[in-house]
Amino acid sequence: MSSTPFALAAAPSRRRDALQFYGAWLAVIAVMLILPRAFSSGGALTTFSLMGISVIFALSYNILLGQTGMLSFGHAVYYGLGGFLAVHAMNAIGAAKWPVPLPVVPLIGGLAGLVFALILGWVSTRRSGTAFAMISLGVAELVASSALILRSFFGGEAGVTANRTKLFKLFGLSFGPQIQIYYLVAAWTLIALIAMYALTRTPFGRMCNAVRDNPERVQFVGYDPHIVRYIAFAFAGLFAGIAGALSAINFEIANSAYLGTQQSGVALFAAYIGGIGVFIGPVIGAILVTYLSLVLSDLSSVWQLYFGLIFIAVVAFAPGGIAGLLLRHRPLLRAGQMWPVLRAYVVAAPPTAVMLAGLVLGIEIVVRHTVGTSDDPVMHLFGYSLDTGSPLSWAIAALLTLVGFTLARLTWKHVARAFDDAMTVARAKGYLA
Amino acid sequence: MTPSAPPAIALDDVRKSFGRLEIIRGLNLSVAAGERHAIIGPNGAGKSTTFNLISGYMAPTSGEVRLDGQVISGLPPFQINRRGLSRSFQVTNVFAHMSVWENVRCALLWTTGHRYAFWKNVDRLPDVRERTAMILEDIGLAARAEVPAGLLTYAEQRALEIGITTAGGAKVILLDEPTAGMSHAETERAVALIRRLTEGRTLLIVEHDMSVVFGLADRISVLVYGQIIASGTPDQIRNDARVQEAYLGVEAA
Repeated sequence: MSSTPFALAAAPSRRRDALQFYGAWLAVIAVMLILPRAFSSGGALTTFSLMGISVIFALSYNILLGQTGMLSFGHAVYYGLGGFLAVHAMNAIGAAKWPVPLPVVPLIGGLAGLVFALILGWVSTRRSGTAFAMISLGVAELVASSALILRSFFGGEAGVTANRTKLFKLFGLSFGPQIQIYYLVAAWTLIALIAMYALTRTPFGRMCNAVRDNPERVQFVGYDPHIVRYIAFAFAGLFAGIAGALSAINFEIANSAYLGTQQSGVALFAAYIGGIGVFIGPVIGAILVTYLSLVLSDLSSVWQLYFGLIFIAVVAFAPGGIAGLLLRHRPLLRAGQMWPVLRAYVVAAPPTAVMLAGLVLGIEIVVRHTVGTSDDPVMHLFGYSLDTGSPLSWAIAALLTLVGFTLARLTWKHVARAFDDAMTVARAKGYLA
Repeated sequence: MTPSAPPAIALDDVRKSFGRLEIIRGLNLSVAAGERHAIIGPNGAGKSTTFNLISGYMAPTSGEVRLDGQVISGLPPFQINRRGLSRSFQVTNVFAHMSVWENVRCALLWTTGHRYAFWKNVDRLPDVRERTAMILEDIGLAARAEVPAGLLTYAEQRALEIGITTAGGAKVILLDEPTAGMSHAETERAVALIRRLTEGRTLLIVEHDMSVVFGLADRISVLVYGQIIASGTPDQIRNDARVQEAYLGVEAA
């Protein structure tokens, strides 16, 4: 949403902006309410719950990376500590029969994330760039290794379990069924979304952007970039803690994997693939990454390899992520120049699909043949049976990849030309963004 | 102005070394409040280093810098800025991914008292909105408010640089070669802008364009090899034999 500087001149567009703005939030709420009715299976509800948690976590990460320009490799520390505190809180509340209902527990996780971010962040936020990234990695290793040493708190390799149904029941809600957990996660996701969006619209949020763009100049307009980074770090810790607590409630367990670098990587992946430059980016990324990790892990034993390829492709071809890619089309859409570009996309799609199919086939053949995950050398793919031992299969994969790549290159050049032409027209009409 | 009032800026035997190399070698300078003061000197004389020492970008090796009589040497830049001193940069130094509007607004959030506030809507601060609009009007970028600063033309970026520097309402303004690289017409507009925006404030300016210096400054100091060799009115400087030898003579040749 662009800011409208001149109150009088922009009155009508301001009303339209407001309508769009509140419309978008109502749509989010509507989707949250419709989803469990449209897909009511336990598996679907779990998937949606995980998506909500992932959205909060990725957005909290983007307070650092996208908003303030801080690349952290250890954001899961605050997610994990939030999770562990939530589990211990659930056990304590259940044992002592305190009148604290489950929906409050994520707040305890959030406070844990906040407090630990305030303690661990003071030194690391003095620096930005590489130094900050390295310190974040060091802190992450430190906390992850202490998780295995301090068994009484972290429960060693097994982790700590809890029973979410043993808490004080408000309105008779037991939080046993997944549907109740879904609504709990959805409500917290909505709260976190609104809070983190509002944060970007405050004086502090704007100064985060300024620190990201030019930490040196910030000092000459009266601000201490260290304090700006420190507050941003604290907020990121708070929301990561909420996400971790929700995860602990969902699984009724917290273990050392919550704190690990792989969990930190999930936030980085989701935020980056979705797009760190736009608020909605990490939301898209988190939903997609959660979905893909569930679907791909069913389809392929090397799903993480595909994840890596997707990540590389985004970094190389769409550094603005999915949201950035979509936003680049906005001036074309406004100027009515979408058609020629869409046509070019349609032309480029089949050869690209052929290339990807060849690539996937090749990877799967190699995996079957060399790793030998199953003793059956015959692979069933897209309804066909292929013998991974036969040279014919290898040839087909190579052919598809090569032919697809050659044709795709040509068609994508055409796409680039069509895009540039359309953009020139859009610019001439005064649509810059 | 009472005669006993301390100078807006005072440098007292300031020295700055980088390793064994002494760049600023016992610099003494006094700029009265409300004065437009220019520093001139050949390349490598230490003009930008002097600005860096005054604005807190660097700490002097020895000596003292005072702002309105209070010692500021050794303080970080943001504390010096909060005491009422603001500077621009020779190389344009803006917030490239943010709009022109956001750039100017960020420059006045501290002095309007909003600081690190994370509980206020930044778009609903009438004082901030009015001042931002006024400054954009002043620097002639009102029509470019929504454009990312990184996409501005060079002259526009220089104007924005001056806007950011003066937006916070600092009493003392330091401008580092504000017209460098500008055409004649652009320079004239920039000088008029500087004159208008620094009205009633203290201005210290580093500038290579002599027409700008002699047209704008009430007093001029000549910096050569890290020392002020002369300080006076434009007429005094023009007729100073040492200055002619060290600096203006070279220019004229």
